[in-house]
Amino acid sequence: MSDYLEISNLTKTYETPRGPAIIVKDFNLKIKKGEFVCLIGHSGCGKSTVLSMVAGLNEITEGGIILAGKELVGPGPDRGIVFQSPCLLPWLSAFDNVMLGVNQVFYTASKEERHQIAEYYLSVVGLADSMHKRPAQLSQGMRQRVGIARAFALSPKMLLLDEPFGMLDSLTRFELQQVLIELWRKDKKTALMVTHDVDEALFLSDRIVMMTNGPAAEVGDVLKVNFPRPRHRKEVMEHPDYYRLRERLIGFLEEHAHKGKPSTEPSQKSLPPEKPAPKRISANQLLPH
Amino acid sequence: MKDKFKFDWLLLPLLGAAFVLIIWTATSATWAKGLPSPVKTWTGSKLYIEKPFEKRGEQDQGILRFTWYSLQMVIKGYLIALIVGTPIGFCLGLSKTFGKIFDPIIQILRPVSPLAWLPLGLILFQRPGPSALFTIALCAMWPTVLNTAVGVRAIPQDYLNVAKVLKLSRWKTLFKVMVPATLPYMFTGFRLSLGIAWLVIVAAEMLTGSPGVGGFLWQEYNSLIYEHIILCILTIGITGFILDKLMGLMEKRFKTA
Repeated sequence: MSDYLEISNLTKTYETPRGPAIIVKDFNLKIKKGEFVCLIGHSGCGKSTVLSMVAGLNEITEGGIILAGKELVGPGPDRGIVFQSPCLLPWLSAFDNVMLGVNQVFYTASKEERHQIAEYYLSVVGLADSMHKRPAQLSQGMRQRVGIARAFALSPKMLLLDEPFGMLDSLTRFELQQVLIELWRKDKKTALMVTHDVDEALFLSDRIVMMTNGPAAEVGDVLKVNFPRPRHRKEVMEHPDYYRLRERLIGFLEEHAHKGKPSTEPSQKSLPPEKPAPKRISANQLLPH
Repeated sequence: MKDKFKFDWLLLPLLGAAFVLIIWTATSATWAKGLPSPVKTWTGSKLYIEKPFEKRGEQDQGILRFTWYSLQMVIKGYLIALIVGTPIGFCLGLSKTFGKIFDPIIQILRPVSPLAWLPLGLILFQRPGPSALFTIALCAMWPTVLNTAVGVRAIPQDYLNVAKVLKLSRWKTLFKVMVPATLPYMFTGFRLSLGIAWLVIVAAEMLTGSPGVGGFLWQEYNSLIYEHIILCILTIGITGFILDKLMGLMEKRFKTA
């Protein structure tokens, strides 16, 4: 199969009073159609910046991104995005939040068909009974389910997930990983996900891309994950390769944690600081204003 | 200590009212002989309160009838203020350039008293009615303008990103995302604007002599019937209070976030 998403020499620099700060430098990645790829790295290494450039929400300084044979310019509904915070409009019900996108993408379909699309995806993520509630009446996990439904309902060319489960407790996170992987299997979407959870990456992905620490972050190593699909958490964790792969991921991260600190000391101050316990950080965090 | 006074909510405000009544009685009995006592005020105003809608003559009508005239005027001026002020607020919030151009003017015009605007209105419109409307609208507009602008600037980037990702058109972004996101701020502005509009009406009626609570107040001052002045003051206060409460309820209903 040919490459579906092609990121070549992607570079992001911000102008600061002390000269340009290079966040990401010459980032290269090719993703095949239907592949699930996770980007993993330390907080602030620039993995979210890469994702938001693919999303079109962050300007590309140098390099290019080609999706399905076309160069990407700006944001668009051909990429379904699941943000870290669900980013739902609080005055609309879960259903209307999904419909906002559905109406935009399927404007030629009849009203009934559009309703069916929204209802279908909301029921698949398990919100059949509460799709007419407003976000404030839903739990954090349910809101993120709406976010997932909204992304899939657009029938996008690919999915972009920016630490979508980072704000959830671990039980809810497991549940939602299951929801995500089942939807992904049904729709066969190409997916790029940013995470810093090693087990999450192993459970979901076909390939894990490890990023070196910023500044000038790039691809450090790539790990193939060949657990059979459909995956079940228990089987994956009992797989003979699981701990070997996990060791390698953690080894990489630890090595970079030690390497990162002294060498980046002078320029680290010019980076946008990442908050440790995100409460309401999300897309804001991707856009450094 | 808990539940010692079950009627706190009633007793304590009554206590406050009694305190004011005592001061008022003492004042009218001692150093300000011109001020009618509470009892005298009540007997003098009884007719206007007991038959609140009666029209006995152009300048002699029930108190609620006068209030109704004033309210009509206020609502008209207030609506003009909202219709003009909200879009200006949006433009101020959306465009930095627009803000830079008009912000100094707004800051200078905002503190100008209604008493200063009214003569200008009379010059412009030649008639008391439109010039009163002009004054109310101009004075009441600013809280709406400024709060709307703040609200627009405070729209979370998340919501705008949703609009960007979905490629919503400009109009859809405005009406499906920006206006709903700004509504709570707009309603705070609307509430403050209504308060100001009600303040201005009295001054406007005094100067133009149009019928209403303010006009009545001024006329009774000129006719030396001081009991009615106090009646008018109380009516203005209570009406303002009720208007604010009503707007507060509306505001709560539109709190979206």
